[in-house]
Amino acid sequence: MDDILVKILGAIVTVILAFTVGMTYGGLSRKVIARIQNRIGPPWYQNFIDNSKLLFKVSNINHGFMQHVAPLWMIGMSITTVLFIPVLIPGGDSWYNSWFPNLNFHGDLIFLLYLMVIGSLGMALGAGQTGNPNSAIGVSRGLTQMVGFEIPWVMALVALMIQYKTTSITGLMEAAQQQGTWLAFSSPFATIAALLAMPGMFRYSPFDIVGAPAELASGPISEFGGKYLSTMMTSGSIFAFVKLTLYVDIFFGGAHNLVELVIKTFILYMYPVLWGAVSPRFRTEQAVKFFWGWPVLFGLIALIQASL
Amino acid sequence: MININDKNSQRIVDIIKEYARKQSLFILAYGTGCGAIEIPPTMTSRYDAERYGIRGAATPRQADVLLITGYLATKTLKRVIRAYEQMQSPKYVIGFGSCTINGGMYWDSYNTINVLDKYLPVDVYINGCMPRPEAVLAGFDKLKELIQAGKADGWKHYQDNLEWYRQNQKKVIVNWQMPDYNW
Repeated sequence: MDDILVKILGAIVTVILAFTVGMTYGGLSRKVIARIQNRIGPPWYQNFIDNSKLLFKVSNINHGFMQHVAPLWMIGMSITTVLFIPVLIPGGDSWYNSWFPNLNFHGDLIFLLYLMVIGSLGMALGAGQTGNPNSAIGVSRGLTQMVGFEIPWVMALVALMIQYKTTSITGLMEAAQQQGTWLAFSSPFATIAALLAMPGMFRYSPFDIVGAPAELASGPISEFGGKYLSTMMTSGSIFAFVKLTLYVDIFFGGAHNLVELVIKTFILYMYPVLWGAVSPRFRTEQAVKFFWGWPVLFGLIALIQASL
Repeated sequence: MININDKNSQRIVDIIKEYARKQSLFILAYGTGCGAIEIPPTMTSRYDAERYGIRGAATPRQADVLLITGYLATKTLKRVIRAYEQMQSPKYVIGFGSCTINGGMYWDSYNTINVLDKYLPVDVYINGCMPRPEAVLAGFDKLKELIQAGKADGWKHYQDNLEWYRQNQKKVIVNWQMPDYNW
């Protein structure tokens, strides 16, 4: 009985941690971009204020059932994914370590790859219900971009799976522990391919072709306001944490405690943000051309390296 | 036992609500007239409105503040009304420049409206032709004060007096073909 209570508490703590860290990183990225543009920028907690303001909206219009469900779908996906990701290295000695291995051993990378697409799918269905032409263009662009960056990303993961003969994330982390170095050093080409695919996942410039505020009026979310937008924002924050933690877990040796996790994920997060701060927007075909160029080449080398 | 409908125990929620509403204003800059040229310096490096939580929104659904920058032709008024009614309450309107107050230099024009307040509930006017970014930021400060005091309730006024507003709107818009909104 105690076991289940600890598990439930752990799930709640994990989701709250993911939300807080994701929202704070979002605020900090706004601050960093503002400093690059020689502005003062909003406070780091601005995203929390924005989110609560959206929740306090009095009216929330929806155009049908699917628009109502899509944000819930997305946040459900984010929370499920965060429970399958090992936040910390299992078996650490910190006092809070027993809270974080939620469902770590029950899923593997292939399952996770499927799960991570469901959020985009929900957004596509919800945006389709609104009937806004900008949403339709945004969805088609988003799916095209996903075809772009998923290929090097999957290639990198498959290379790792072949090289270490396991599909489980904890298995990969154990392999890193046993050999004593990060997987980034023992399989560098897979890491480069995955890192080059990463800005596509985060949708900062130059890969913000889905949102594109000045061009598409924020794309798929253009008809979502109030609590719907707030739910999507929450889901996006949790999902950002998921992606960062996954990268740290697989390629950069995981984290022994929360401080290490925050430092590693923040450095990793700054990479798409800083790239985005100095870049204009790609067109769709340019983005796909980018992803199918060098990242795929590095993915191929990684596959060859893994199978040798 | 705490009664959650009690005024005093609701106060803490109200404080958070008012703080969130005033510190996070997503603006829909409707660049109708020459005033639109004052928005870029307000938002970018020189005056940096984002440090006060003011941020551009892409669509009416996500916006809180409708910024009417300058004169409104009767043709654009129709679009403005439509954008305003798509916004989610609570929503605020800022009239920007003399043209929205009394018509300004277009007061005897045949196709512009003179007093914006007859067609949409304006919460704050910013005077000037054109108001500089400092004045715009001062206007936003005033709006924040009103939100804090709970006096920025133009959207409620609009809902309650919809008949009157519709009458005025239909007087200047001849071909009234607009969808009904159930905000």
